Amino acid sequence: MTDKIDKEPADTPPRASLAPETIKAIPVRHYGRYVSAVIVLALVALLVNAFATAEKIQWSAVGDKLFDSTVLAGAGRTLLISVLAMIVGVVLGVLLAVMRLSKNPVTSWVAWAYIWFFRGTPVYVQLLLWFNLALIFPMLNLGPIYKDEMTDVMTPFMCALLGLGLNEAAYMAEICRAGLMAVDEGQTEAAHALGMSHGKTLRRIVIPQAMRVIVPPTGNEFINMLKTSSLVYAVTYNELLRATSTIGSTSYAVMEMLFVASIWYLVMTSVFSVFQYYLERRFARGSSRNLPPTPFQKIRANLLSLRSPQGGAA
Amino acid sequence: MTAMVRAESVHKSYGLVEVLKGIDLEVKQGEVFCLIGPSGSGKSTFLRCINHLEKINAGRLYVDGELVGYRQKADKLYELKDSEVARQRRDIGMVFQRFNLFPHMTAAENVMEAPVQVKGTSRAQARERARELLEKVGLADKAGSYPAQLSGGQQQRVAIARALAMDPKLMLFDEPTSALDPELVGDVLDVMRDLAESGMTMVVVTHEMGFAREVGDSLVFMDGGVVVESGDPREVLTNPQHERTQAFLSKVL
Ligand SMILES: Nc1ncnc2c1ncn2[C@@H]1O[C@H](COP(=O)(O)OP(=O)(O)OP(=O)(O)O)[C@@H](O)[C@H]1O
Ligand SMILES: [Mg+2]
Repeated sequence: MTDKIDKEPADTPPRASLAPETIKAIPVRHYGRYVSAVIVLALVALLVNAFATAEKIQWSAVGDKLFDSTVLAGAGRTLLISVLAMIVGVVLGVLLAVMRLSKNPVTSWVAWAYIWFFRGTPVYVQLLLWFNLALIFPMLNLGPIYKDEMTDVMTPFMCALLGLGLNEAAYMAEICRAGLMAVDEGQTEAAHALGMSHGKTLRRIVIPQAMRVIVPPTGNEFINMLKTSSLVYAVTYNELLRATSTIGSTSYAVMEMLFVASIWYLVMTSVFSVFQYYLERRFARGSSRNLPPTPFQKIRANLLSLRSPQGGAA
Repeated sequence: MTAMVRAESVHKSYGLVEVLKGIDLEVKQGEVFCLIGPSGSGKSTFLRCINHLEKINAGRLYVDGELVGYRQKADKLYELKDSEVARQRRDIGMVFQRFNLFPHMTAAENVMEAPVQVKGTSRAQARERARELLEKVGLADKAGSYPAQLSGGQQQRVAIARALAMDPKLMLFDEPTSALDPELVGDVLDVMRDLAESGMTMVVVTHEMGFAREVGDSLVFMDGGVVVESGDPREVLTNPQHERTQAFLSKVL
């Protein structure tokens, strides 16, 4: 196939000729795309302008307070409580998923009931329940081991951790259950046939494969958690939103401080999204013949395809 | 010769459906025992009973003189604990129709997994043994490949190596070649032939009548959950006595 049909006009400047000549067709013009892009850009510009020039918003305050120590401490606590609650959620969630799939009807029923309650009530209500636990159990009495006033045990931190963590466990349980069920039964059989115990089979064979199904929605859950953690405001835990709001109401810069909070939430979720991507790649091992491209590779590919519709001949 | 597998009136039902209706047979030490029969006749079910992946409902099943899945004391049967069942399974290798390799591990890791996790073999020792076994099945160069990067025939040979890594005294094969493209069947059968020559006791469910005739020492034809005919493979395959055997063979040969 070395012959080619040359339909180029004679006055086209000669190009460096490659072995089989690359096709140089005029791409189809997508006028609709240009028009819609212009409209969208115009709207974005208007919106940005409205915010930037709003007289009631002092943008300087946003910059001033962005790295304020109270704000930073709040962001730190948001991150801390989110990570800890997520750990509680994942560990308990795996346990609940295994219980739910167990052949023992009692354990399976207990897990079902847990999920039913914690998924069926708002997390805000659950937080308040922990906060007011002293109304039902004034004392925490674990016999000779531990005894204390419930109000001393249920610090804002504990309320936040239990409220977010136990609620998350119910969601994680369902995600993990779906993941465990997605693993082919033949895998368990093969492991059992080799003489591996139930526990080893689960840990070495089933869970690593379930991870591929579990990790993407878990990443989502964590991003949700970073934002849902703002609800622990209600149990007076001094996280990001509470920290910024306090400054906002004392300095009459309510909107500005909400912007500060938003910026930090965006920073945290963005950083995590990148981390999540690499985590997913890690667990995709062995599932396909080629690993998916890294974001950098993707961006490169996108840029190339934007520049030249022929698909990277630029 | 001692019997490696002895089945006495083995019954197995799924709910109300009786799949095995009294299987009696004996697999001698060192022999290649072929099981043939139409689809749904209970071949896989019987094979899975041998390593207790399925519980039998009645009868007795012995491997190397030991009751499978139970302990008998006086007249009572006691179920074995999971760990005891696992110990029995260590000595019985199984190869599945659909390979069931662990997809998140390389070929070598697949072979190393059970020795390291079950027997407590050191990783270095297990790796060395995996290398030997992969070489034996002709896949020395594929040690680092994941199952998804291997052809079906290669995967099945890794699966055989994986089972052999536990040094089993009995190997069960459930239609090891029926998920393979015809040109890949030969490689797997060659490995099985070598294994038979090395003296391994093998129970093979197969549709490869050529293999049964050449390599098999005994053959059983099953239909509808019972043993219809058994004997020397060459005899049964060329001169079947029972009409159901004749009908089946006329279709597959
Ligand atoms: N888990 C199960 N629950 C209910 N019925 C089952 C189950 N497993 C197998 N069966 C039934 O038992 C019968 C025997 O199945 P088995 O898999 O042993 O057949 P087979 O001889 O191996 O057939 P094939 O050659 O198609 O593999 C079939 O009728 C099947 O539908
Ligand atoms: Mg079968």
